[in-house]
Amino acid sequence: MSVRTKIVWEYAPAPESTDHVRLREDYGLFIGGEFRAPLDGRREPTINPATEEPIAQVAWAGEADLRAAVEAARGAQSAWAALPGRERGKYLFRIARLIQERARELAVVETMDGGKPLRESRDVDVPLAAAHFFHYAGWADKLSYGVGGRSVAPMGVVGQIVPWNFPLLMAAWKLAPALACGNTAILKPAETTPLTALLLAEIIQEAELPAGVVAIVPGDGATGAALVRSEGIDKFAFTGSTGVGRDIQAALAGKKIGLTLELGGKSANIVFEDAALDQAVEGIVNGIFFNQGHVCCAGSRLFIQESVADEVVTKLWDRMGRLRVGDPLDKNTDVGAINSAEQLERIEALVAAGEEEGAVRRSIACDVPERGYWFAPTLLTEVSPAHRVAVEEIFGPVVSVLTFRTQAEAIEKANNSRYGLAAGIWTDKGAKAFEVASALQAGVIWQNTYNHFDPTAAFGGYKESGFGREGGPAGLRPYLRVS
Amino acid sequence: MIRRLPHVDRVGVEERAAALGKRSIKTTAKQQGIRLAISMIDLTTLEGADTPGKVRHLCAKAVCPAPELPEIPSCAAICVYPSLAGVASEALRGTGVKTAAVSAGFPAGQVPLDVKLRDTEDAVSLGADEIDMVISREAFLAGDDARVQEEIVRVREACGDAHLKVILETSELGSYDHVRHASMLAMEAGADFIKTSTGKSSAGATPGVCLVMLEAIRDYAHRTGRQVGFKAAGGVSTSKAALHRLVLAKETLGDDWLTPDLLRIGASSVLNDLLMQYAKTQTGRYGRSEDFSKE
Repeated sequence: MSVRTKIVWEYAPAPESTDHVRLREDYGLFIGGEFRAPLDGRREPTINPATEEPIAQVAWAGEADLRAAVEAARGAQSAWAALPGRERGKYLFRIARLIQERARELAVVETMDGGKPLRESRDVDVPLAAAHFFHYAGWADKLSYGVGGRSVAPMGVVGQIVPWNFPLLMAAWKLAPALACGNTAILKPAETTPLTALLLAEIIQEAELPAGVVAIVPGDGATGAALVRSEGIDKFAFTGSTGVGRDIQAALAGKKIGLTLELGGKSANIVFEDAALDQAVEGIVNGIFFNQGHVCCAGSRLFIQESVADEVVTKLWDRMGRLRVGDPLDKNTDVGAINSAEQLERIEALVAAGEEEGAVRRSIACDVPERGYWFAPTLLTEVSPAHRVAVEEIFGPVVSVLTFRTQAEAIEKANNSRYGLAAGIWTDKGAKAFEVASALQAGVIWQNTYNHFDPTAAFGGYKESGFGREGGPAGLRPYLRVS
Repeated sequence: MIRRLPHVDRVGVEERAAALGKRSIKTTAKQQGIRLAISMIDLTTLEGADTPGKVRHLCAKAVCPAPELPEIPSCAAICVYPSLAGVASEALRGTGVKTAAVSAGFPAGQVPLDVKLRDTEDAVSLGADEIDMVISREAFLAGDDARVQEEIVRVREACGDAHLKVILETSELGSYDHVRHASMLAMEAGADFIKTSTGKSSAGATPGVCLVMLEAIRDYAHRTGRQVGFKAAGGVSTSKAALHRLVLAKETLGDDWLTPDLLRIGASSVLNDLLMQYAKTQTGRYGRSEDFSKE
């Protein structure tokens, strides 16, 4: 008999190479079609949250810089709007193609700057960003068809503020429809993740977009607040926290300035007893651990029908044990680094509050690097609807499990939230899915899937999750004056 | 006992299975994975034209797949028709490589139960260590679960000490719900392994089918504590496909299952592709198919 020795099989490290990345040591502000040194702004390093190492120096815009950006945008606007839609479309197609050409580089930089796994930046963020430009490029010469045949005009100059969770993708969601509609735009990326927006500025240069049509002005909350208070902007679009959204709405009150807000969420993911449970578990995992839970529509309130609650929690915990947490650049990593020290602190504080209130916490065992910001995927059971972890947005890899007995109870509990961004429904019964979907107060509802995005679909919230829609023909409306 | 049929969502299961196909298996992981895959192969020949000579050649290949690469392990078994089980068993004596024989009216299963039992008993008496039986799709699709199960139980008895692999022939079952249901029936009836296909039908061990069966095995083990094995057969013809099946098993069942005792790949041509890929990790260049013997 030959002796068989057990062959051990572990995945070897598979880090994506960073050799091809062409990052500069420092980036200016992108205003009037060129990178400029800040007039009254300053320079700040941007940090890789997985290593805490600085990646590049980035200029933050001051008030004079913002004035210059508005002036450039204002100056470029009428000529841009006067172009035939088909010509504007050509520029957007060009940007979309250039994003595809530099896809690998954009994915690596997104992962370095934000901490998300390369698997996601490569397969989700970057392809979807290109898809948004392609989609709205196609709309540019068909705008009035998107609003029922009425006549349209652009809003003018738009200010756009995007968050740190999907830096490039959110920039694409904002810029593509704005430009297609004939607006010029001033985009402020988030303070912790400005790099892919700046690479997008390079792409915009390469696409030879007329100077001034797009400005990219990095900065922190203060820069955003100053942008919102700038004179000469006709419309704002903001994606971020509900608190900041409120502040923006207050600042614009009484002014004739358009506003759309896409804010926080505490979305319900509802698993009925007749669901395909293994796929529901995948959907739960994708709903809450995708992008470390830094997703405004994350399925952070998990409602499971009591009859299958134990089974689903067992399966979920088993599945969570297979999540690979670590180096975001490794192609086999499922869960990467938390975006910033500040966010990590917030997650830790909320989970601690949850435990104090009586929730039972289970976090998976995982070896994470010594440096960087990490939080192990966490399951909270014994959660009551009144607990903070069932009410407040954690924005991290933490799922709160609640149960329900009947369909009516599921709907009532799901709607019992000040938010209303998204929801998931898991059932094999088509009629039930439609009934529940029409009763839920949420802007996006997924059936038997979660966190799937498509440029043709409208995205937006109910209640304190904001107003206005992005994506699809509905996403044109906020960027147009319709008469 | 009335038990809920476990549903499977086609879109969801195929998405998950495809996502696991994107695991990056490089360098040492690739070498170890290839060695592991080879150790799990049931090297198969199931042709009307099979002869004792051909089977003996294949046995030699299974025992020592590549003489110039001593670190490459033997395959797990040789899989043949019952009439050639004696030849294989003789050729493999003392090598640790098992003899597996297909049975129960392979591949269609359209013969009476007594013929299936006789088929099985003959194969075992000729020296088969493992029996790969087909389920009666005729009974399953007609809704006669009891007969499907009864046949497995009876063949199981006829096997004696031989291990029983139950072939579901998933491409004929019509849905993932049926695949999962048939997996449960086979395990309840005493299968040591459940196996995807005969290799004689249109589709075999697709990633989705493998994942559904692996999930059934996991749930059954969780409920009963018994570890049932899995054999992917049909359409696994490249190294990439073989490693994908290993990833599916690793991330569904865990490392416990990564042994030839619980995981098999039924194939023939994949062996040389694995050897070529392995050689490439050593030499840095792709070889030719002639570098390794066909059988």
